[in-house]
Amino acid sequence: MLYQYLKVFFVGGALCMIGEALILKTKLTTARILVIYITAGVILSAAGVYGPLARFASAGATVPLTGFGHALAQGAISAVQENGLLGAFTGGLSAASGGLAAAVFFGFLAALFFRPKPKDYQK
Amino acid sequence: MPHHRIGAHTLIFPNRPRILASASVVGPKEGRGPWGESFDLVINDPLFGQKSYEQAEKAMYREACERCMKKASVARDEVQALLGGDLMNQIMASSLAARALEIPFLGLYGACSTMAEALLLGSILIDGGYASPVLCAAGSHYCTAERQYRFPLEYGNQRSMAAQWTVTGAGACLVGEAGPCLARVSYATIGQAVDMEISDVSNMGAAMAGAAADTLKRHFLDTGSTPKSYDRIVTGDLGQVGTDILMALMADSGYPLSRENHMDCGLSMYDQKEDVHAGGSGCGCSASLLSACILPRLHSGDWKRVLFMATGALLSPTTSQQGESIPGIAHALTLERGE
Amino acid sequence: MIKRYAALVAKLTPKSKLGQGCLRAYAVGGGICVFGQMIADCGERFLSLSSASSLTFASIVLIFFTALLTGVGVFDRIARFGGAGTVVPITGFANAMVSPAMEFKPEGWVFGTGARLFTIAGPVLVYGISASVLVGLLYYFFPW
Repeated sequence: MLYQYLKVFFVGGALCMIGEALILKTKLTTARILVIYITAGVILSAAGVYGPLARFASAGATVPLTGFGHALAQGAISAVQENGLLGAFTGGLSAASGGLAAAVFFGFLAALFFRPKPKDYQK
Repeated sequence: MPHHRIGAHTLIFPNRPRILASASVVGPKEGRGPWGESFDLVINDPLFGQKSYEQAEKAMYREACERCMKKASVARDEVQALLGGDLMNQIMASSLAARALEIPFLGLYGACSTMAEALLLGSILIDGGYASPVLCAAGSHYCTAERQYRFPLEYGNQRSMAAQWTVTGAGACLVGEAGPCLARVSYATIGQAVDMEISDVSNMGAAMAGAAADTLKRHFLDTGSTPKSYDRIVTGDLGQVGTDILMALMADSGYPLSRENHMDCGLSMYDQKEDVHAGGSGCGCSASLLSACILPRLHSGDWKRVLFMATGALLSPTTSQQGESIPGIAHALTLERGE
Repeated sequence: MIKRYAALVAKLTPKSKLGQGCLRAYAVGGGICVFGQMIADCGERFLSLSSASSLTFASIVLIFFTALLTGVGVFDRIARFGGAGTVVPITGFANAMVSPAMEFKPEGWVFGTGARLFTIAGPVLVYGISASVLVGLLYYFFPW
């Protein structure tokens, strides 16, 4: 159990650390990091690399955005296996639909109830 | 052949227009800073009782203008022109304030250099005998600038160490041809848009420092003055990075500035404990400190001669995203103690 | 001239601390993932979800917490400390949708909140979905 959480922490943390190094070293904006991560997730998943990582680290690999890409790719592949060509279009989004719908819905709810505030950062 | 000019870029005002009164309104973070006591109004609510931050910026702008007229005991219909701008798209804070104020309006955009631009053009109107008095104003709001130039307020983003903090504030000056005054305007140097090929939108100081050095050199050359001719050289919002670069550039140019007789409004605005990285920025930065710090010191005689040079970074999200670099601009005015 | 200026700018512009940033990103990001794993484990145990569904459940709960923390104005403070540690996990994606949805409310429910919700997250979906369709097509024609 503890070993499982350690694996989650180390893999998830490492994926984030790579992102931070990219932001600081290359002037990539966070929006670009998000795009790079999801696309990398799709590619690594299709290449068969991400699956083993996800089995090894569980949430440590699925919570980072690469995991979202992994879900998209695996969804597309298994839908093609089941439904043929149509699956290439339906599979990805179906597999990622939970997170996407949640982000849209909770985003809308937040807009309904909250107002953005100016920041008062202090050292 | 224009005869109110000296040198290639500098205007001379024989009648030395008078700054009759000034006023400033700032937000809570600015109010906690070293000049907190000197502003005419510190608002505690960044929304200023309005429905949106855009409306708040307009209301602050209007408030600064109204307080300025009140301090000079001048009625709204006596003011013959309002010159000013802000950072909002299509300078809407100024335009909406102008609608409410019902003063003939010339909208200006010079990014954060707008206060100097307004004062320069206002002085020309006065000196040429075209209008008196005129109101010159500029303002900015952190929350409207963030969403327009950067990210939503609640977006989790780490700011670069060179990034600056847009000042929530507005400043206004009433300029006229006669009467008791805070200071007088004797020279003005119109700056060029100088591009040092900086395209990093989070390093405005670096984008503006080249223009600041360029205008300073031209001003000294045209007027035959040196940095020592001034009690203070006041720059708008170069921040820490821009100030350091300006110091290095001026040292190379033969007109070295000393840290003692230079003041950057962006570096002076906030308390040390505020995490604003390289300092303050925005139209409201130099506009509010002109009113709260510079003019009072000229009036009291602490300073006799000041070069006020607001600096601006000329960019829009559209051109930046298209890869265009950021030209800087700086306009300088010689302000002298009124007698 | 421009070259010399660029050198001057590079010399005088303060740098973010790489080591500190990476360490914080590691700690915060790893922590979020562990929290996600805990949620998934709870889902498996108490809601009798399958292990795959429990991970989806974890994502949804993390998104909910992100929306809540973004709403009350705390998320950006965590992000200021954690950097990529909050951006890379699903929390960064959620924050990228929630924050503009709130920000542009004054422009109305349709062109404000509705349209702008996707300003930052839109590109993520465009490239993520396109890449997955491409993978599906490739798999159809050249299964591996």
